[in-house]
Amino acid sequence: MDLRYTPAERAFRAEVRQWLSDHVPAEPFPDFDSSVEGFEAHRQWERTLHAGGWGMVTWPVEYGGRGLDLIRWLIFEEEYYRAGAPLRVNQNGIFLLGPTLIDYGTPEQKARFLPAMAAGDEIWAQAWSEPSAGSDLAGVRSTLGRDGDTYVLSGHKIWSSRAVHADWAFGLFREPGSERHKGLSLVFFPLDAAGVTVQPIARLDGKPVFAELFLDEVRVPVANRLGEEGQGWSVCMSTAGFERGLMLRSPARFQVAAAKLVELYRGRADSVEPEIRARVLQAWMDADAYALSIYATASRLMAGGTIGPETSTNKIFWSELDLDLHKTALAILGAEAELTGAAPDASVDIGDWLDGYIFSLAGPIYAGANEIQRNIIAERMLGMPR
Amino acid sequence: MDFRLSDEQQMLAEMVGQMLAETCTGADLRRLLDGGEPRDAARWEQIVALGLPGTMAPETAGGSGLGAVEMALIATACGYAALPEPLVEHAGVAVPLLAAAGIDLGPALSGSTVAVGHPVNPFVADADTADALLLADRDAVHLVPREQVTLVHQPSIDPFRRLFRVEWAASPQTRIGVGALWQETLDRGALSAAAQLLGLAQRSVDLSVAYASDRQQFGKPIGSFQAVKHHLANAQVKIEFARPVILAAAAMPPSPLARARISHAKLAATAAAETATHAAVQVHGAMGYSWEVDVHFLLKRSLALAQAWGTPAFHRARVAEHVLSAPLGADRTFDAGQIEEIHREAA
Repeated sequence: MDLRYTPAERAFRAEVRQWLSDHVPAEPFPDFDSSVEGFEAHRQWERTLHAGGWGMVTWPVEYGGRGLDLIRWLIFEEEYYRAGAPLRVNQNGIFLLGPTLIDYGTPEQKARFLPAMAAGDEIWAQAWSEPSAGSDLAGVRSTLGRDGDTYVLSGHKIWSSRAVHADWAFGLFREPGSERHKGLSLVFFPLDAAGVTVQPIARLDGKPVFAELFLDEVRVPVANRLGEEGQGWSVCMSTAGFERGLMLRSPARFQVAAAKLVELYRGRADSVEPEIRARVLQAWMDADAYALSIYATASRLMAGGTIGPETSTNKIFWSELDLDLHKTALAILGAEAELTGAAPDASVDIGDWLDGYIFSLAGPIYAGANEIQRNIIAERMLGMPR
Repeated sequence: MDFRLSDEQQMLAEMVGQMLAETCTGADLRRLLDGGEPRDAARWEQIVALGLPGTMAPETAGGSGLGAVEMALIATACGYAALPEPLVEHAGVAVPLLAAAGIDLGPALSGSTVAVGHPVNPFVADADTADALLLADRDAVHLVPREQVTLVHQPSIDPFRRLFRVEWAASPQTRIGVGALWQETLDRGALSAAAQLLGLAQRSVDLSVAYASDRQQFGKPIGSFQAVKHHLANAQVKIEFARPVILAAAAMPPSPLARARISHAKLAATAAAETATHAAVQVHGAMGYSWEVDVHFLLKRSLALAQAWGTPAFHRARVAEHVLSAPLGADRTFDAGQIEEIHREAA
């Protein structure tokens, strides 16, 4: 164990910090869900990142990355959140599909999809859930028929984040007549293909952050399938491992939020009840524990280890800490907590706490509901009977 | 940056765990209680033969010269076994203090023990079996032979924790050092307690998993019910996020951040142990509330260690000292001064 950064790691941090301070926009963009302008501003930022070589530092150089290790990814993320850089509009692509493509894709698929993903030219959405297949994902009913070198996709996908404005989606489809985990394939389709209807869904605050997708005989080349035909479930679980376990929610996000919470508390410590102090400290400690745990996982993966059921402990931990952290912020804000950013009389330090709270409410649900994660921990980590 | 245990560290943890799994079973604990002896002489002999008392003692003094990480791994194994003998406080707290004060470690590495009367703890554990006691007279550290003190027994709910009020008089002959030693000692004691709490939390989960997989109700193992699974999954999540804090706190050189992290480790391990031991009682049902199964040994040790070496309020205040005054940020997980260093290197 050596918990010191090497000179090369520190130099890397300095390089990232410098580039970000030169390029991060001074004014925040409008959010990427509510308007095309906001979405396109974020896409432009992805292009800027890519031009600087910072799109996805862990990817191989030939696909637009830097071929760096996971410790450097963590350092990059720390600097990224420290700089207050824009949220990654292509997170479903770069964090979830990208690593799976690198593992399972053919050379042609990697060359076709990864550079455009890294460059922000193609923004991705995930099309897994269906009205009757949420936690029970193996219950998907959308089908793929085969017509020579073409798949014909039909069905109904839902809760597809960013699909309102995205360019492509990756979805899970089954051979007609197949059951459960068998006969599934992971297939890419353009969201503007003939037969795709995108219907925005409003989040509880009215923002169209996700969409329903209706597919009516959508024709895509068989070459758009990732992994073997019928092996979609295991490919999909590999994506889920990355999603829950490591890349989707880097620790820096919560460490920066915890630091902001401490700042909010310091300014109002005299006007809040004493128990708030313990909750503020807990938020900092939880963000810290999450960071330490991810450093341990990253170190293990770099030495050739694999990620296992700790993806489930991670997912529970970050989603609950995020929710607790934001609930604490609202408790500190008191009667001002309900004010949106549009309220003329809101104090300046109100910031984005309400938005963050609404976002954090979804954490225990998406990427596999926390109840399912608890089952996975009990059965696969602890070996309890099914 | 490499946050992994070395092969040697893992082997050490496995070796100690294996030895205790063989010599410190629930039946062994009960036999010890029935016999009325404070410690199991054969087990202690084995512990000494393995050189464990000298884990943190310098090699020049006959020790292993290992660090806080190795000690934390050993303490975790001791917590897992609910070990009655005072190996953790002796090897992890007393021996480093004696070494720092320049005391001959011969007896302390060959079987006799030294009890620690740190001012943060109202009573001294295992003082009756110790050859000598480390005691505080204001900020001075004294090493006092047991014959020179009077011990007043204070029964603890943990039958293996023998606590004493110590009556003694300071003299220049017993004085071995001054206050700074107590501060480091507190950190070592808190970290050792945290590591033991982590171990006993994991044991509580493991016992419960075994019981829930075996015990049948409604025609199936109770461990197949989600309500039971989720109790233990919640405990395991707390364990997973206490462990790296303990290891990081042990591996870091002294700094205000390291001190806050030791307190964080103690708080996180306490919460994990509380969740795990209470889940264990609940999952075992009425058996969990009985003398017959081993769960109560863990519950009682957890109750005691949660308050020893600094109460939760004490440690929360130490975390607050850092969090509410130091600059915070995602870049400061390991080394608050790193950016300044880069600039110095560049200049």
